[in-house]
Order: sequence, then structure tokens, then C-alpha cells
Amino acid sequence: MDEWSWYKLCYFFSLCLLFQCRISVLLNQTLNMKQQIARSLLLFAAVAFMSGSITGCKSKVKDADIKTAAEAALATNPDFKGISVDVKDGVATISGEVKDASAQAAAQTSVAAVKGVKSVQNNVTVAPPPTAAPVTITPDDPLAKGVKDATKDFPSVTATVNDGVIAISGELKAPDWKRLKMSLDGLKPKKVDASGLKISK
Amino acid sequence: MALQAKYKELTDAAAASGVSNLQVREQDGVLYIDGIAPNGKVKDQLWNIYDKLDPNFLTGDVVMNVKVSDAVPGSKATVTTEKSNLNIRKGPGTDQPIVGKAAHHEIVTLVSKTNDQWWLIRTNNGEEGYAYAQYLTPEGS
Repeated sequence: MDEWSWYKLCYFFSLCLLFQCRISVLLNQTLNMKQQIARSLLLFAAVAFMSGSITGCKSKVKDADIKTAAEAALATNPDFKGISVDVKDGVATISGEVKDASAQAAAQTSVAAVKGVKSVQNNVTVAPPPTAAPVTITPDDPLAKGVKDATKDFPSVTATVNDGVIAISGELKAPDWKRLKMSLDGLKPKKVDASGLKISK
Repeated sequence: MALQAKYKELTDAAAASGVSNLQVREQDGVLYIDGIAPNGKVKDQLWNIYDKLDPNFLTGDVVMNVKVSDAVPGSKATVTTEKSNLNIRKGPGTDQPIVGKAAHHEIVTLVSKTNDQWWLIRTNNGEEGYAYAQYLTPEGS
């Protein structure tokens, strides 16, 4: 409790005392000093209780403020899109799903830095990596046709297609082979086997 | 995973140079790299890195199918044959009859893409037919 609070408290108490005197006058009561102080204390206690419950409400408002601030902090990073925050008594609980562990940790750091957050309960989960679609391999018939077209201008090589694998043999200059390999890879083969190929100078 | 490590420089370069729909998959001892390069320069650069990591592409552990995005219908393309004319055919395939020729370094119009290998083109003389895409370099690449 700081100096200001004490000052307010004294102010309150004197107000109570004054108010109590008024009541006594109104009710035509004559009270001795002891009774007067006792009543003032009672009034003070009542006021204190009331203000206490007000402060109680105030802490709830504060949680909501923290929540808003935490949400704003999370909104700055698109990785935190799937995260929601809940604040209770200054404890922030974050939940949702992010793409990786670093985002999961970063979200906690980000919320922990928000003013008023005492601690962070991190319930954020990491999304499983997307399963890659299997590689599409061109069936042998269209693949063989494509290989025939691709190798037409390279009579020094022979190409065979078997179960998606293009086997190239013969001899080619490096730039020509690069060109051929580019077009063969574009046919979506399973593999381009160049073990039978000799690169000529 | 070993292949992904071997070709890390290549896949990193693909990601860094703006290759879209980039897919890197390892299956049965082959690394498949698919994607669409923003231009022909990026594609060339990737093939150069591939050549460096696997000299002359002889190991056969990579299938790199990187297309170029700027080859869109209506755009112009240069005939980039070694030195000969480019055959223009009636249909998409070398078994199709030749209906015309485009000269080496001639600029033609890309009418449509039948597939990645065959493009329907039109020459300035109005000849229209199918040409092997590998010998066509889109303008701006």
C-alpha cells in the first residue's frame, strides 16, 4: 500500500466520522466519544467492504484488458492465427494450433511479455506436417512416346523405357545431354538411368 | 533423407529464387523436384547447380521437373534450336507430318500449350502447328 492509499484511507475514515455525527444529530442521539468512534469504525468497515467488492470487479476488468492486449500481441504474427487466449487472475492460457514448435514457443514469449500477465499456460499444439502426395510417374506407353520425341534429335543415343525408368545409352556432348535430360525429366519418369551414357568432349 | 542433404543447395536455391508450387519428394532412392520457375533464368540457374552437385547428371538420383511460368498463350517465343529450323507439325508428336518450319532464332507466337512438351505455335507467315517446346524460349526469359 503506497502513501496515496493511506491518505485516501484517512480521508475515508474522517468522512465516516463526519457522516456518523450527522446521523446522530438527525436521530437526536447523544453518544459518547467511545460509541461515536465505534460507529465510525462500523461505517468504515462497511465502506471498505463495498470498495473491496468494487476492487474485485476491477480485477476482472483487468483480466479482460490483458486478454485484449494479448490478442493484439498475437495478431502481429500471422503464424499465431489459430491461437486463442484466456486470462484468469493474470494467468494467460493460450490454445490452438500452429505450424511448428518455434511458433509454439514464440507465442508463449509474446503473451508472457504482455503487461499484467503473471504466467502463461501454453496449450498450443503443433500441427502434423502435411503428408506429401506421392510422386506421379508417367505410364510406360505415353512415356515411351515422349522419350521418342525427346531423343529424335539425338541419334547418337538409344533410349529404352521400362517400368517408368528411362535408360539412356550411347554418347553425347555435355550440353546436348543437359538439354536431353531436361526434357526427359519433364516427362515425369521414375528415374533417368544414364549409366550407359558416355559424355564426349 | 540422404538425398535431400546432398541436394540441399539445389532445393534451397529453388525456394529462394521464387519457384512456386515447389515440391521436393524422396521416393525409392530418387529425389523428385517439381515446381514452376518465375522465368527461364531461374530454371537455368537451378540446372547449373544440379550439374555442379552431380556432374553431368549421371547418378540418376534426381528427376527435376521445373517449368517456366512466363510461357503463357499469346506470348512470343524465340526458336532456340542449335542451328537448324524447327519443325512445325500437324499434331503433338514426332510421328505427325511436318506442316511448316520456323527458322533458327525466329520469333513465333505461342497459341496454346498441349502439354509440357508440345506447344501450338503460329509463325509470322501464319503457319500454325505443333512444335517441340524445348526449342522455344519464351520472351523475357
